[in-house]
Amino acid sequence: MIDKRVASTAAAVAGLADGSTVLVGGFGAAGVPVELVHAVLEQGARDLTIVTNNAGSGEGDVAALIRERRVRKIICSYPRSAGSVWFEQFWAAGEIELELVPQGTLSERMRAAGAGLGGFFTPTGADSLLAGDKEVRVIGGRRHVFEQPLPGDVALVKAFRADRWGNLVYRAAARNFGPTMATAAALTVVQVREFVELGALDPECVVTPGVFVDRVVEVGV
Amino acid sequence: MTAARLSPVEVANRVARDIPDGSYVNLGIGLPTLVGDVVSAEKEIVFHSENGILGMGPAPAPGLEDPELINAGKQPVTLVPGGAFFHHTDSFTIMRGGHIDVTVLGAFQVSEDGDLANWATDDARMPPAVGGAMDLAVGAKRVLVLMTHTTVDGRPKILRRCTYPLTAARVVHRVYTDLAVLDVGPSGLVVRDVVAGLPRAELQRLTGAPLTFADDVATLSPAGP
Repeated sequence: MIDKRVASTAAAVAGLADGSTVLVGGFGAAGVPVELVHAVLEQGARDLTIVTNNAGSGEGDVAALIRERRVRKIICSYPRSAGSVWFEQFWAAGEIELELVPQGTLSERMRAAGAGLGGFFTPTGADSLLAGDKEVRVIGGRRHVFEQPLPGDVALVKAFRADRWGNLVYRAAARNFGPTMATAAALTVVQVREFVELGALDPECVVTPGVFVDRVVEVGV
Repeated sequence: MTAARLSPVEVANRVARDIPDGSYVNLGIGLPTLVGDVVSAEKEIVFHSENGILGMGPAPAPGLEDPELINAGKQPVTLVPGGAFFHHTDSFTIMRGGHIDVTVLGAFQVSEDGDLANWATDDARMPPAVGGAMDLAVGAKRVLVLMTHTTVDGRPKILRRCTYPLTAARVVHRVYTDLAVLDVGPSGLVVRDVVAGLPRAELQRLTGAPLTFADDVATLSPAGP
């Protein structure tokens, strides 16, 4: 019997260790697993590395983890969103580390981790400061920079519906990083608006097959 | 100078005229989004948004906003019939993999070789942020820049070499400003259009790289597509 459903957001994030790398879905406010982030806040893990596109887009999401000094480092593409005030304050004070990654590279580094690959060469950023001292190769006459895989200890993802096997469908542009993050973490935790019976999701439309999912909690939003 | 600079919407009109029917297009945040508002309804153009949308439509009517249907600037948008949603890795496969026909980007600076600087200035007080700018710049088949010709204090933004950090090297094909349209050619910048009443010497004075002029330089027209 496979049943990945858990009864509460607290149960969903139980066991999160200090020092973990946590992949957090969302782009702007769309697709952010706010209820799971709140559960992490309650759970108390600290010294976290958070991988997410924006460094918070309001008081209630990753910004709250920063405010409560739970976050050692942010790996993201765009920390300057409206509402990411806590990040900017902590960054200016030197109290949080930032690793800035181009958005497509951020996603592809997690894809590589989930796909069992040792990294990839990309032209993105190869002529920029973000290439740093990374290996550069000319491939097809063009400069490419080597990027490492980016695995998580835990992924926190928001989807629309799930069955007890953890098969997922998403809604609109809230899908964003979810399907990739679900593949890239040792423990993938998903919040959904509603559970459905096994067999109720159209198999042609399942976006994340349950093999990538460990825990699912119904939150009603 | 007696010549009138074009308004942002007038420059957007000029850009829109160059986007072919049937194109897949990504518009950068800021001024480039104006192009989506003015492109001819007679053309079927599919707009892409980096957060996983093809067939992005205009802003919804007040009260019909969907917080899970937003554009790259996090503003509410709509989906046109035939539109599709997909995840981020697929979205950047579209961008980086050469599947976008045209991107229109804003810029701080462009060099005569087509180097693009549009993600960071020298202001160290702000945390750096890059988003999808570098992926778009290296991946789109055609990179168009829409920007003012000079900074607010009158300094050139088109230069021999960018002084701000590069987004990508040698990627810009054409630059549309409030004064001119310029192609990045194999031997430097070629002026295609100039705003009415602006002497060539004055355009050169406001540009930080040497200009050559096409044989058939057009008057930069503010009219729509």
